[in-house]
Amino acid sequence: MKLKYLLARRVTQVTVLVLYILAHVIGLGVLEGNLSSSLLFGMIPLSDPFAVLQMFVAGSIITFDIALGAAIIAILYGVIGGRMFCSWVCPINMVTDLANWLRRKLGISQVQKRVYMSRSIRYWVIIISLVLSFVMGLTAFELVSPISMLHRGIVFGMGFGFSAVLIIFFFDLLVHENGWCGYVCPLGGFYSVLGKFSLIRVKHNVDNCTECMDCKTVCPEKEVLHMVSKFSATVTMGECTNCARCIEVCNDDALNFSIRKFAEKNNHH
Amino acid sequence: MQKISGRRKFILSMARAVGLASMGGLVWYSVLEESSHASLILRPPAALAEEDFLKTCIKCGLCVSACPFDTLKLASLGDKKPIGTPFFDARDIPCYMCEDIPCVPVCPSGALDEKSVTNSEGNLDIDMSKMGVAIVDPYACIAFWGIQCDACYRACPLLDKAIVLEYEKNPRTGKHAYLKPVVVPDVCTGCGLCEHACITEKASIIVLPREVAMGKAGDHYVKGWDEKDQLRVKDAKAQTYTTEISKKSALDGLNDNSLFEDDLLGDGF
Repeated sequence: MKLKYLLARRVTQVTVLVLYILAHVIGLGVLEGNLSSSLLFGMIPLSDPFAVLQMFVAGSIITFDIALGAAIIAILYGVIGGRMFCSWVCPINMVTDLANWLRRKLGISQVQKRVYMSRSIRYWVIIISLVLSFVMGLTAFELVSPISMLHRGIVFGMGFGFSAVLIIFFFDLLVHENGWCGYVCPLGGFYSVLGKFSLIRVKHNVDNCTECMDCKTVCPEKEVLHMVSKFSATVTMGECTNCARCIEVCNDDALNFSIRKFAEKNNHH
Repeated sequence: MQKISGRRKFILSMARAVGLASMGGLVWYSVLEESSHASLILRPPAALAEEDFLKTCIKCGLCVSACPFDTLKLASLGDKKPIGTPFFDARDIPCYMCEDIPCVPVCPSGALDEKSVTNSEGNLDIDMSKMGVAIVDPYACIAFWGIQCDACYRACPLLDKAIVLEYEKNPRTGKHAYLKPVVVPDVCTGCGLCEHACITEKASIIVLPREVAMGKAGDHYVKGWDEKDQLRVKDAKAQTYTTEISKKSALDGLNDNSLFEDDLLGDGF
């Protein structure tokens, strides 16, 4: 099936939200809370490690449950999934995917002068959020995070939270392609660093490549596919979200998921 | 055009990045400074002091889900409260003071501190909670007008302890009594059942955060009639200062015009 990964991603994203909603509304004890912190099966704590980092810097005493929850998530993504949170769990992904799909359909990139933004903005945003958390004694990004506003809003009631989501939608649609997820979002940046050495990786086989470059068109983090049409290699940059859009768009079986082998180094560059 | 050396280019671009980051940081700082302080917010039972609460709460909403009365809400954009943190509006839905306090033990971060509502026998005791304190507007409260109403007094879960009725003769009629509701701040938990029950158009008894509503006499005032309070100063020693004036008797000092001769009070009236 052509779009099996897209379907799987949507199913995962929606399932997570539905489980949270069911927990809140009818008390189903599978996944309670929200993406900031939750309880799996009523016993396993899960916490957003970036939120916990901000709490720690702000001077909060981190409880055992929170530390354990953050460790579980950090290990899950750090060792196995890489930056999979962004494309498989985060609900903002559905918003930005829609914005960027619309952007391609409408051809906005063709009529718009390119706005220059650096990919490293997100790392500066991480630094600023930690500095502000430290100085102000609060969790700086969590208090303004549109990601939290969306998932919290879907589960607990939105208020005007949708306006933050609309800002991101229009930012991606009208200002910069993949502008939020690929440039600004500090949580994405955090998982890029955390998932740098994870096991699940996209692998390029140059022998099958016909150089159509469809993968680079569809990839939200084009730099990670620098080897395409040049040499066979595993995608090693942490910014890859393992969204599998490149795999789906490739008609030549030149891209696939693989498990990273640390023995064979890909030092072609 | 002057050619820019590699080193200069590097320093310039770093300086530019730092400048931009500071600019963004300052904007972010001012947004947080204005949005993260809501002095009139009522928190769930056992909440830490607001300053610590803000840095410790991970905004997961588990307390909100656990509340069987839908009292607790997570603040979203538009509530004008720190976004994502739990609060309640007593006039709308007060805290019904569940004996097992379901909202507190589920808190993973310790922002709701179970210890603060655990009595000496190790049992949860909602009567120990200090969510706020009720205050009465004696001008709007019809009981202060002499009309019989004890709605708040009857609604109080700590009946005749947190709100007591003060009887006073009504001099206007000469034969009736005022039954004035008076809050005992040490006992009041701030559950808001009184505010919810108040029959006036706008509640005449409202719950405010304790830091807002309560004054503080300061340590230097000692209740001379209170043996326990007297213990605070049992080791205090009197210190006597001698000034020019205190050399004379107090009566002389007051009657002596020499003070005015120095023209201390301007033109010597």
